[in-house]
Amino acid sequence: MSALVIKDLHVSCSGKQILKGVDLTINPGEVHALMGPNGSGKSTLSCAIAGNPNYVIEKGDILLDGKSILKMTPDERAKAGLFLAFQHPLEIPGVNLGSFLFTLFKQRFPKATHVTFQREVNEALKQVGLPQGFLERSLNVGLSGGEKKRVEILQLLLLKPSFAVLDETDSGLDIDSLQAVSKAVNSMKSDRFGVLVITHYNRILEYIRPDHVHVLIEGKVAMSGDAGLPKALECKGYSWLKPEAVDA
Amino acid sequence: MPEQVTVNATYEETYGFHDEESTLFRTPKGLSEDVVRQISAQKGEPDWMLNLRLKALKMFLAKPMPAWGGDLTKIDFNNITYYLKPSEKTEHSWDKVPDQIKKTFDRLGIPEAEQKFLGGVGAQYESETVYHKLREDLAARGVVFLDTDTALKTHPELFKKYFATVVPPGDNKFAALNTAMWSGGSFIYIPPGVKVEVPLQAYFRINAKNVGQFERTLIIVDKDASITYIEGCTAPVYSTDSLHAAVVELIALPGAKVRYVTIQNWSSNVYNLVTKRAVAHENALVEWIDGNLGSKLTMKYPSVYLKGVGARADILSIAYAGKGQHQDAGGKVIHLAKDTQSRIISKSISKDGGRTSYRGLLQVAKGCTGVKSTVQCDALLLDEKSRSDTYPTMDIAEERVSIGHEATVGKINEDQIFYLMSRGLSASEATAMIVLGFISEFTKELPMEYAVELNKLIQLEMEGSVG
Repeated sequence: MSALVIKDLHVSCSGKQILKGVDLTINPGEVHALMGPNGSGKSTLSCAIAGNPNYVIEKGDILLDGKSILKMTPDERAKAGLFLAFQHPLEIPGVNLGSFLFTLFKQRFPKATHVTFQREVNEALKQVGLPQGFLERSLNVGLSGGEKKRVEILQLLLLKPSFAVLDETDSGLDIDSLQAVSKAVNSMKSDRFGVLVITHYNRILEYIRPDHVHVLIEGKVAMSGDAGLPKALECKGYSWLKPEAVDA
Repeated sequence: MPEQVTVNATYEETYGFHDEESTLFRTPKGLSEDVVRQISAQKGEPDWMLNLRLKALKMFLAKPMPAWGGDLTKIDFNNITYYLKPSEKTEHSWDKVPDQIKKTFDRLGIPEAEQKFLGGVGAQYESETVYHKLREDLAARGVVFLDTDTALKTHPELFKKYFATVVPPGDNKFAALNTAMWSGGSFIYIPPGVKVEVPLQAYFRINAKNVGQFERTLIIVDKDASITYIEGCTAPVYSTDSLHAAVVELIALPGAKVRYVTIQNWSSNVYNLVTKRAVAHENALVEWIDGNLGSKLTMKYPSVYLKGVGARADILSIAYAGKGQHQDAGGKVIHLAKDTQSRIISKSISKDGGRTSYRGLLQVAKGCTGVKSTVQCDALLLDEKSRSDTYPTMDIAEERVSIGHEATVGKINEDQIFYLMSRGLSASEATAMIVLGFISEFTKELPMEYAVELNKLIQLEMEGSVG
């Protein structure tokens, strides 16, 4: 269904070349992890997938269900079933979280009633461990880093995308939050849902077990492996994967 | 419902339509002593009022045009009809209002709103109030809600005591013009201790071309009484300009609570130059909830004189300026007694080259200890062509006070737009959501029916914007 195929992707931002030919195929039902040092282009990849206009696709393609999404606006991509959980979710003052979620929910499921929404939102709140009172808050305003991440996953649960990118959802989370968030993501696992988990740490991958792990170095996938790869990285670091090291 | 849009197809369809001009009487174009005498004679007024009008006309002619605020040089005072009487008298049943005029108000949804949630309604068309009605149970509790012309005849004692005391004729050029030419408006008196739970509403409609509307509103809320008053206004879209110069005087006696809500949505050919002022006595609360969406130029700074110990003022305003519009708005509070409190919150949005200005005054007299005041003005610019300025004035003559002031000017944040779009909202939906969030402090104070309409309006305005 929702295979996400990234082909020879070259992306620049503010005139700077960041991705230099990324290839990645994520099939429905699969969990992929993307790791790599700071500045290697992990967030750039997530922004390019979601369609952030500040990121220019120089070459290559991104395909969803066999069709290029490059000409689609971010909202069209969301409607096609993509979801990006932001590394730094934006604060939108004065926008009530509850009515915001309802707006999104109605848009994705036009036939849904308010009762269905209520049921699902309450269930999702429970899963991410947030109280109902949170719905009365302004969207992300004054929330801690961890709370913001939970609100991202709350939206993920409600919108049920066919493909999600979690951009460093684990950073800034304490153990309890990490467990709650991971459990929530795991609850979405099905053969109709694929996910790319971008992270610096092995920790989240202990909870959300990846089928494939990729390491991004200087804008290219330097290595791919299975769930055992992160452990190796934890011991050896990234330096041995750098182009000059490989060449040597 | 009494709000909407500026100069686009939607305004034209919803509010910008016009009827044929039906006039029983109109003064010749231009202003003169003779015109003032004709107006007064039409109304059969007492001499003191005619004399006040004539005195005010002299003041108007003697005063220079304000050199600050917006561009007033294009107003042609000789091309304006100052008084235009559309019907025989003020009716108390919609069925008796002339068909064509009734149709206009039907289309604007006024009779429907009256049935649903209002305690009383006044409807002004050109210079005169064509319909006025107060719910019987409120009348039985002594509430007076009349058009101002009728009230002058039925409540002369209150008139003599309060009329032109809060805004004297010579206060400013347009207050002088209003005092000379005034016609229509609302008169409200709430007796001591009477708390009116449902809002009273007045709707002002200009239909003819090149007319001036000069309604005069006088509200007196007696001890420990309370009231919410709402006014809305619209006009057809014409290529030539009209003038709306109202004066509102509001007196809140000790312990009274008054909330005055305005949703100004004139078409973009109307100059809207209004003086609104309140006096708050001991422990009274005055709230101006002021929404400015339409007009070519608005100059309006609702003000409160805090005269009694413990009195409070709350001025909450939003201004939206689109193409060709200038909203010069704000608020003024003058603390004249101890332990008085005030809060001014102003939010402005400029788009498509529109211009908003915040102009405010906060004054604390010597000896007024224990004063607390906060002023917050935030501007949001939706594009590079638009403009926003802030002109705050503070004059604090007492040291033992607590004053806070905060002003921000922001551009719409592209990252916020991208964030919302990544959740499935279009660019214009995302922009509208951010703008609605920006003015939510204002919207949440409106009765629900008005909040819904205001949100729709903003969503319409944001369509086709940003990319």
